[in-house]
Amino acid sequence: MPIFPWGSGRQEVLSPVLQTISTPMPPQHHLNPEPVGSLTIPTDPSEARRFQDKIEQALKQTDCPPHDLFSIKLALEEALVNAIKHGNQFDRTKNVQIEYRILADRFECRITDEGTGFDPNDLPDPTSIENLERPCGRGVMLMRYYMTEVVYSPKGNSVAMFKIFQNGKG
Amino acid sequence: MAISRESSQPRRRRLEVEEIGDVTVINFVDRKILDEQNIQIIGEQLFSLVDQQERRKLLLNFRNVEYLSSAALGKLITLNKKLQQVGGTLILCNIDPQIYEVFEITKLDKFFNIQKEEQAALQAF
Repeated sequence: MPIFPWGSGRQEVLSPVLQTISTPMPPQHHLNPEPVGSLTIPTDPSEARRFQDKIEQALKQTDCPPHDLFSIKLALEEALVNAIKHGNQFDRTKNVQIEYRILADRFECRITDEGTGFDPNDLPDPTSIENLERPCGRGVMLMRYYMTEVVYSPKGNSVAMFKIFQNGKG
Repeated sequence: MAISRESSQPRRRRLEVEEIGDVTVINFVDRKILDEQNIQIIGEQLFSLVDQQERRKLLLNFRNVEYLSSAALGKLITLNKKLQQVGGTLILCNIDPQIYEVFEITKLDKFFNIQKEEQAALQAF
């Protein structure tokens, strides 16, 4: 199953980059540990942390520059917190599904929770002065800034995102 | 006076607190301010400085911090609001460039008083 099965959202047209990454690519056997994975974790922040540490170690073995590593770590953190906190509402009977691929030039992942979903276009602008103290929206904003592209499923309980490494600039 | 000694609960110490003149200088013990539970504890400890211990000039030194998430930013915003309500001041300093970028993206660089170094921050109160 491709990481981006829904195109790029409700109104937008699938971008050329997304079309490229939706196409299966040959595995990168030189990467260690395994560059492609699919796992289901319980709604538990420490399980999410373990996964994030594993991805960090894997990315350090690629050409991913330090600033991109920072970006990916931050986006993963926000996406997993959203899945655990807002999606599954800390309900440990629910799971979070994670799929990821680490390629020579990019990182891709999809995180799906068992929540009711939300409309990412409906979030208040976290940078406007009246919303500064509201807790919502800042995480999604950071994910969109730091990743090359972020796409939500129509229901909104699944987020796919990727980052193309900016070699020489990161 | 370290917060850990004031707490009866067996929690790992999250903040180093010292007084420089009338300014309370706070250093974070963690390099990463991420986990929900940690952020909750850090928030409670910071709020208690204002609510219980009535400190009014708080300087948060980020020199140990390599990472923070949007949940941590939320606590800082609440802390700032608490201080403003009682006529206090919050200043942040020594923020790593990568983390400073997070403040810029979220426009919180304009919301907070951010100074480069601790010395400059102490003068800014």
